[in-house]
Parts: sequence; structure tokens; C-alpha cells
Amino acid sequence: MPHIEFQGKQIEIDEDGYLVNLDDWTKEFGEFMASKDGLALDNARWEVINFLRDYYAKYQIAPMIKILVKEIAKVMGPEKGNTKYLYELFPDGPAKQACRYAGLPKPTGCV
Amino acid sequence: MGKFIKKPNDLMQIDYKSPQTDWMDTPADIREHMYLHPTKAKELGAVDFPNIHEWKPADKNWNLPENWKEIVLNGIKERLQKYRSFHVFMDICVRCGACADKCHFYLGTGDPKNMPVLRAELLRSVYRKYFTTGGKIFGKAAGARELTDDVIRELWFYYYQCTECRRCSVFCPYGIDQAEITIIGRELTNLLGLQPGWIGGPVANCFMKGNHLGLEPHTIKSNIEFMLDDIETITGIKIEPTFNRKGAEILFITPSGDLFGMPGVYTAMGYLMLFHELGLDYTWSTYASEGGNFGFFTSNEMAKRLYSKIYSEAKRLGVKWILGGECGHMWRLWHQYQNTWWGPPDFMEAPVSPITGTRFEHASSAKVVHIAEFTADLIKHGRLKLDPSRNDHLKVTWHDSCNTSRGMGIFEEPRYALKNVCNHFYEMPENTIREKTFCCGSGSGINASENMELRMRGGLPRANAVKHVHDIHGVNTLANMCAIDRASLQPLVDYWVPGVQVAGLHELVANALVMKGEKERTTDLRGEPLPQKSAQKSGGKEDAKDV
Repeated sequence: MPHIEFQGKQIEIDEDGYLVNLDDWTKEFGEFMASKDGLALDNARWEVINFLRDYYAKYQIAPMIKILVKEIAKVMGPEKGNTKYLYELFPDGPAKQACRYAGLPKPTGCV
Repeated sequence: MGKFIKKPNDLMQIDYKSPQTDWMDTPADIREHMYLHPTKAKELGAVDFPNIHEWKPADKNWNLPENWKEIVLNGIKERLQKYRSFHVFMDICVRCGACADKCHFYLGTGDPKNMPVLRAELLRSVYRKYFTTGGKIFGKAAGARELTDDVIRELWFYYYQCTECRRCSVFCPYGIDQAEITIIGRELTNLLGLQPGWIGGPVANCFMKGNHLGLEPHTIKSNIEFMLDDIETITGIKIEPTFNRKGAEILFITPSGDLFGMPGVYTAMGYLMLFHELGLDYTWSTYASEGGNFGFFTSNEMAKRLYSKIYSEAKRLGVKWILGGECGHMWRLWHQYQNTWWGPPDFMEAPVSPITGTRFEHASSAKVVHIAEFTADLIKHGRLKLDPSRNDHLKVTWHDSCNTSRGMGIFEEPRYALKNVCNHFYEMPENTIREKTFCCGSGSGINASENMELRMRGGLPRANAVKHVHDIHGVNTLANMCAIDRASLQPLVDYWVPGVQVAGLHELVANALVMKGEKERTTDLRGEPLPQKSAQKSGGKEDAKDV
């Protein structure tokens, strides 16, 4: 299993860079993972990440994208309630990329 | 693993020349983006797979258990005794090659080991060496070879480059079913702990939580409630479905992808609207909450284990019969495997549509009806009020899912429904539809993201046919009735034929469905504005206002 070094500790991640142990996550770790992709976590991105983490705590799965879009519209204003805006924040895909920074498992999509 | 960055033009350079060396002397080139990640022991939770261990497909050493050879040979022996089909298929191929260019993976990769005949030969050669007199005596001259760890690597690599779609079987003069060979090949490598994560994870989820995605009961309910809000916004109608309700006439089961993924949720919204309009006495189950069965892509035993919950839930709730949502492999399993596992259930009745009175004779043994049959029957009897002009912004073609079409012969029902709910329908070329349909390239549990090159290559023949109708007729919608299709065809057409969207049948049905008491619709289920209506076609709207 691959590891990544952060603050002098070896943190276990999977092949796609997702945390293996959810408890290893800290805010700083999220920022560190984003910075490796050349991304700074501003308020808008934290809004998404925090929502993902809260939702996960309640439902043990990342929300379906429609739910995420609606939530962002509620918090950030209706003009931002669309997938296009989310892709601007997370170019690799809001679910895939944001979950990685949020310390959640890789979204399974649809099986 | 690096990102998959190859462009369509790169992938189109397919080399169909055979290698210089004999196939037995040409090692498998196991490379990134062509294989699935292994299962992590941690993911498996409730189910036990044998010999799960750490290994990497790209490594030379796969850390196989010490007695791996014995495990595999015993595994073959056991299955030869258990499955007559497997034994016959190991013996009867005459290598005529009729199947060779019928496989979408061969067409998309040019790799001779993806010719179904040679893919089967990978295992037949081992069978001959250890289980036939000729092979034991004459060895390579009789097409036999030693079982080595390289052979295991090769089997694993190529048996996950077969989607068990059975297109080759249509053309085989002997009717050899390659899917059955692939199924056994996968079982054998799974005995060594070489289980892919994309399959093992959903299997464990399904066993533990009732569905592949791991949606818990409150998540299922919350997702459906979210859809109901959207339906109310679009139609003005408030729908209140029931969950786990004892005494319902019908148990409805669909793949969990419909309750989570795009565009599956639009299909699920379609089910909810149709059932409400009919006043159907049905219930959802949060326990038997998965129509699909990834166990089937692992072993027959695991498939049986996962499906046991469906009949037991039907019994617990006391329903009369089961209605299945838009799923592909669910269909073959229910009609071609379940009776062998358990025999026909004695606690339900032969399905009868409460709306039309039609008795679904062909389902009288399994007690399960596919929703495409159910809806086509409703339309045939004039029980639905439809305004197909609401789909006038869509030019639609139909992708036959391998399992429902080639496996089960459901060709006409979805087409009949589609032609009644859409004004613009165009068929793809004849040799790419119905029993000769080309696979999405991602079925049988290989619709992951790490093997994207493989999926784009395997889906090329299907995408090519879509491109044909896209170019000629301006087709912009690829309709289907399979959750794996809904999830996997969108990235496929985005790659090869941009400008086409993927939709489930019941999304289009519900767009056209004129519901009692609905407000004038201004958008389709996706929230896209409806096309401008001509004065002539406003009848449906007016009628709707009257009730």
C-alpha cells in the first residue's frame, strides 16, 4: 500500500491517492493534498469539503451530485448551484477531487 | 498510477498484425489503464474471499499462496465435475475462427488474445495438459502447456478483458458460450486471492448493506425524497411512495445506481412518476435494495449468496410478485440462474398486471417482470396518456444491453415504448443491435476508472455505431435499460462521440407521461426547457388541465 509523508508521519493512501484511514485526516492534510495539485483551498472549496464531510458522517457515503449542487446553491447563491461551478472549483470532478481532499474514500459512482 | 491522457486519435491506431512469436511464447503485456486494482482486505468486511493478500498487477511477483498450483488444478477439476457446460466447452472448439473478429475487445485492441477462441485457449491449454490423455502425452504439439505463474497472470489479465457479453457465441457454430469460460476463469484466479477491488468492494457492500453502493436505509429514503422534491417542482405533484411495506402487491427492485448516480436518478424519477400515475400497490425495500449482482462477476456461489435476500424479502413482505427496474445482468440471473439455485418460489403468484390484467406467462416460474415489458403492455392497452412532443428536443437511438437482448430476447418491448414516447427514433446499423448488439465495453464489473483505456477500447465498436447515427440523423440521445450502461456509456460517448447524452427508458417515458392534475410542464426531468410546442400538439397539455 502506498504512503505519503506529511508532518513527519507516514500516512497510508490507496492507489488513487485517497486516505485509507479516515481518522488520519486533518484540515492541514486536506490543504497539503490540494497544494500538491497546485490548488489553494479557499472558502468556496472549504464549503464543499465541509459539506461532504458532514454528509458522510450522517450517511456513510458521499452525496449524489444533485444533492451537492442544491446545497451549494443554498449556501453560495442560486447562480452557483450548477455542476459547471463545481467543476471550476474542482477541475478533476467535484466528487472525485473534493472527496480526496476531504479524506473520504474514492466515490464509487455507479455499479 | 498516472492519469489516462491518450486521445481518441491515439487509440484509433490499432495494430491488427499478429506478433512474430507463437502465442504461448508471447507474454502478456500487463500495463496501466488496462486492468483493475486489486481488492484491499479492509474493503471486504462481511464477506470472505480466499487468500486475499497484497499484490500489484504490474509486479512480476504476485505473492501467490505457496500451494497455488494445487489450488488451481483442484479448482478446475471440481468445476469440470460440477458444470457440464464448462467441460463441453473445454473440449469441443474446432478453432474455426468465426468468433475471432466479433469481440469488441479484439476490435478495440487488436490483441489476438482477445479473440474469443484464443482467450478460451488460454485456459483450454491448461485443461489439456492436466486433464486429457493427448495433452499429457504430446504436450505443446497437442495444444497443451504447463501451468506457470505467467499463465495465471495472463488468465487474470485477459479474463477481465471479457465482459461476458456473449456476442461471440451468436456466431459460434457450436454455440460455445465464452461467458461461461470467463466466469470459471475468474473463479479460478479468485481462489488465489486475485479479486479486483471494483468487484469485491460492491460485493461486500451488497452483502452487508443490501446494495453495491453501500446505501443505508436512511440514505435510500433520503435520496428518493430528494427526487420527489424535484418531481414536485417539475409537475406540481406530490408523491409518497412506501418502503418495506408488508402486504403490498408488488415488490419493486432496481439497481442501486438508479438511486445515486447520474443519469440513473432520472430513470428512478421516471419509475416513481409512472407508479404514482397508475396508483400501483407496490413497495420499495431498503433491505433487498439491489437489482444488480456483482457476485456474478466473482463466482456462482457469491451470486447465489447475494440474491438470496430478494426472495426472502418478497416472502417477508408477502408480495404477489416482483417488478424489476432497468437492469441488464439482473435479468439473465433471475431467469436463467435463480431456478437452478433454488427452484421456483412457491410463495408468490404468476405475475399479472393489475392495470391491464395481462398475465406474464413467461415469468410464471421466476415471478419477476422487467419494467420494459410492464410499460410496453400498459401502452399497448392504451392505459397511459402520452405526449411524445415533450421529447422533441431528443433524437434517440436504442442500445440493446447484452443481457436483456442477447441473453433474454427483450428486443421489441423497449422499442415499442420508445416509439410511443419519442417522435424521433433512429436505429443503429443492423449488425450492432438486437442479438448482435455491441457491448458498452464496461459490463461484468469492469466499469472502474483506473482501466479507462480498456473501457474506451472495448466500447469503440458501440461508440462507432452511435457516431454513425449521430452523423447521419443528428442523434443526441443514447437510450438503454441497464444501470451499468447508464453509468459507463456517458464517458464512452463523451470520449468518442461528444454531444450525445445517455438516458434510461423510463426517463423518456416520464417526460412524455401526462399525469392527472399536473401543472403545465416547462422542463424535462433534467430541468432542461421543453421544446416549443406547435398548436396542434397542445392537446395533451389542455387535457391535463381538465383533470
